[in-house]
Amino acid sequence: MYDFSYHRAGSVADASSKLKAAEDGKLVAGGMTLIPTLKQRLAQPSDLIDLGGINDLAGIKADGSGVTIGAMTTHGAVATSKDVKSAIPALAHLAGEIGDPQVRHRGTIGGSIANNDPAADYPAACIGLGATIVTSKREIAADEFFKGLFETALADDEIVTAVRFPKPKRAAYMKFPNPASRYALVGVFVAETGNGMRVAVTGAGQNGVFRVKAMEDALGKSFAADAVANISVPDGDLNSDIHASAEYRAHLITVMAKRAVAAAE
Amino acid sequence: MTYTVSMSVNGKAVKGEVEGRTLLVQFIRENLRLTGTHVGCDTSQCGACVVHVNGTSVKSCTLLAVQAEGADITTIEGLAKGDELHPMQAAFRENHGLQCGYCTPGMVMSAIDLVKENPNPTEREVREWLEGNLCRCTGYHNIVKSIEAGAKAMRGG
Ligand SMILES: Cc1cc2nc3c(=O)[nH]c(=O)nc-3n(C[C@H](O)[C@H](O)[C@H](O)COP(=O)(O)OP(=O)(O)OC[C@H]3O[C@@H](n4cnc5c(N)ncnc54)[C@H](O)[C@@H]3O)c2cc1C
Ligand code: FES
Ligand code: FES
Repeated sequence: MYDFSYHRAGSVADASSKLKAAEDGKLVAGGMTLIPTLKQRLAQPSDLIDLGGINDLAGIKADGSGVTIGAMTTHGAVATSKDVKSAIPALAHLAGEIGDPQVRHRGTIGGSIANNDPAADYPAACIGLGATIVTSKREIAADEFFKGLFETALADDEIVTAVRFPKPKRAAYMKFPNPASRYALVGVFVAETGNGMRVAVTGAGQNGVFRVKAMEDALGKSFAADAVANISVPDGDLNSDIHASAEYRAHLITVMAKRAVAAAE
Repeated sequence: MTYTVSMSVNGKAVKGEVEGRTLLVQFIRENLRLTGTHVGCDTSQCGACVVHVNGTSVKSCTLLAVQAEGADITTIEGLAKGDELHPMQAAFRENHGLQCGYCTPGMVMSAIDLVKENPNPTEREVREWLEGNLCRCTGYHNIVKSIEAGAKAMRGG
């Protein structure tokens, strides 16, 4: 790992100003993505600004309309939260399937969505539920947030502070995990929301998470596994790698979508 | 850049000079000479380095020493009371839960955290919990048996 200067931020405003002042600063949240990246010398930031000391960035608030999850809330806290389990069980289930217990004890929702790994789980929940990303500068609809491979709408000095998930009528997430890493080979989040049906796919797209309009339309007519059974996503825009071909991923999308519709509660 | 860090390790206050990039596992092994915590991979996947930070199991190879400033750390060396092994350590010995022993410190630290969250785990729950702990020797059966026995002993029965 290349060396860097380390700073512990006391507040979001403090983190923003430290980030601005640094030559090539990087935020560190749980470090579960960033530290492995630094170990491989794939990045060489001049300064690391730690969000770990900002207590009010962690925590879950629930009201009748949904849940708001602070950026520094760990996957483990989301998975075991009574509020999340009762308002959006699919979201608690998704968080509990990320990586392994030790990764879930450190990794955060803010870090996961800011990183926008094409095989990460949370982007599917954000798009699938129509979440709102709250930052140090503004609020961004999830549909406008994820911009492609490891790309988001965040500006260089912008910090995710929370994610607001509206409570759906019913939802489920089904993932076919990579057997080694547990990242999604394909993950499908299906929800019936106040604004209609949403089907979000992670793990498969060359540009990261995407929606499947044909499945959403079919579910609008009939919310049943059979309604999506004959809809397949063309494999031309899907990932192909040593883990799975594009064709296999296309097949898995339909299978996972069927299972998610059948499991939606 | 160097920094002075202080934390509590196995109940003892410790202090040391580290670089920003010094990993917690390096601080534990190289500065404190507590070499029971192992490094088995460079990819945050094997769990040989698991320690408890403020009572929760984490991978000490994926945490900077500076991030653990002020924390309460427990390593494998902090479990036994004198010559008396922790019930989970004793269960690994009784049930042949190890062969080469490389993965064992991480397995034991991870298992104790499981029992804290779930005092009476099923075999399936033990196996799911071990997602982040790899063993190249045992085939896991005896590790699972050890953890079930260790959990029982920790429950006092
Ligand atoms: C073994 C292993 C298995 C894993 N398996 C899975 C899996 O199955 N599914 C999955 O989805 N993920 C998986 N992950 C990734 C894990 O979920 C990470 O925790 C997550 O991707 C990043 O969160 P973090 O808090 O650790 O962020 P960090 O690593 O600290 O940061 C990641 C990036 O986000 C930026 N950042 C962090 N917080 C903010 C913020 N609040 N605002 C703006 N930018 C920010 C950082 O600057 C950095 O660029 C796995 C990781 C490991 C090591
Ligand atoms: S050495 Fe920490 S996970 Fe392998
Ligand atoms: S006993 Fe050898 S790696 Fe587990």
